[in-house]
Amino acid sequence: MKYALLMYSVEKSWAEADEATREKVYAAHGRFSELLASRDAERGGEELALSNTATTVRVQGGEHLMTDGPYAETAEQLGGFYLVEARDLDEALEFARHLATVEDIIEVRPVVEHPAG
Amino acid sequence: MSLVEAAFREHRGPLMATLVAELRSFDLAEESLQDAFAAAAQQWPVDGVPRRPAGWLLSVARRRAVDRRRREETLVRYLPLLITSPGEAPERDDSLALLFACCHPALGQESRVALTLRFVAGLTVPEIARLFLVPDTTMAARLTRAKQKIRTAGIPVRFPAPDDLPGRVSAVLSVLYLLFTEGYRSYRDEVAGEAIRLARMLPAEPETTGLLALMLLQHSRRRARRRDGQLVLLADQDRTEWNAAEIAEALILLATPGVEDGPYRLQALIAAHHAVDQKDWVSIAALYQQLDDLTGSPVVRLNRAVAVLEAYGPQAALELLEGLTEQMPRNHHLPAARGEMLRRLGDHEAAAREFTHAAELAPTATERDFLIKKAETGTG
Repeated sequence: MKYALLMYSVEKSWAEADEATREKVYAAHGRFSELLASRDAERGGEELALSNTATTVRVQGGEHLMTDGPYAETAEQLGGFYLVEARDLDEALEFARHLATVEDIIEVRPVVEHPAG
Repeated sequence: MSLVEAAFREHRGPLMATLVAELRSFDLAEESLQDAFAAAAQQWPVDGVPRRPAGWLLSVARRRAVDRRRREETLVRYLPLLITSPGEAPERDDSLALLFACCHPALGQESRVALTLRFVAGLTVPEIARLFLVPDTTMAARLTRAKQKIRTAGIPVRFPAPDDLPGRVSAVLSVLYLLFTEGYRSYRDEVAGEAIRLARMLPAEPETTGLLALMLLQHSRRRARRRDGQLVLLADQDRTEWNAAEIAEALILLATPGVEDGPYRLQALIAAHHAVDQKDWVSIAALYQQLDDLTGSPVVRLNRAVAVLEAYGPQAALELLEGLTEQMPRNHHLPAARGEMLRRLGDHEAAAREFTHAAELAPTATERDFLIKKAETGTG
């Protein structure tokens, strides 16, 4: 089964992190990628730019309404995601536990897989 | 009881577990197993009971599952896996795998209990709804949502990996204890008994053994704790009505010292003191102190204070109750206990105030009358 591991963090601390801290976090993600690779589990993933660079678009009264900023203004923001292939939820949660040592909150969401054709 | 009913009682649980593990669908497993029992009800009285009833039922259920899936025209690629030789009995007991799936930490506590009652213990939806005092439709919707999550999120129906085991066992234990206390509270002995049966199936770890002993000790009093529909207090129970075999089993389970006593084992050790009628209040107070340190629960603190009252007197006990009122302002046991402690200190006026306050908070008329009387006499 495919799962998305959505990573939420307190953005402020990441924005204010010094170079050494950032290097440590990236190194941890490197190790996490290696773990996924060793299980042939990595199916993609990205780091997202800070939420103050986001633009939110919605339709209201037939018009496209654009607002500056993320959909929800919370302290924790979606900062990136991995797509993983796991045997079941237990394996996906095992990956999430590894990731939770680096990022604040990991939300594990099953990916809906539509039959081909 | 007919032969099919007997087979249903004996084999339903394990067969359900095997089918859920194989089919990865609660609904399909349930429907197919119902089909198989319906077929048995028709055929067994005519053809006789098959040599291996469980194997017979399993192969019929599997065939029906294949039929149903074929009708649904989905998952066709799994069909060859399901067709096995007729009469083959389940190779392993999947009940534990099913129990671990129903109690998965990814599910909410309410869902875990409902799923366990429905699919492991085999209660009907209306029965579970009555147990939790919610409408049938609410319980049915809760079960549907939970089954959906199991399927969609990929919650596995198997014994957990060794690394996951401690956390997963403790999730199962808390569901089993809740199941037990719900059964106990509502005088549904078979529900409480089911929790005990399931606890016996788990690997014998200290907390599992502790919980099993705790449940056995409480369950052993089921015949004595009710008279003419009324609750009988522990002190007033006819001890000859207690189940001696269950108490003995619990005491043997507790005789092996634990490496580090967990909350269930500590509660069981306390219950054991009450079961053998040796009111060693100093030991009981020491056990409550350990439990208090571990859990930080205000209810435990209150019970500890009552044990301390008997072991060391009212002054030490009163000190333990400080700050508890803020934590449980509506609990009538707290002012009742404080009243008793003040009475023993000789402060009858303050004691009467506490008993009156307790009476105001008491949930039942019996308790209210009892507390009002204490407030009036001032002597207990």
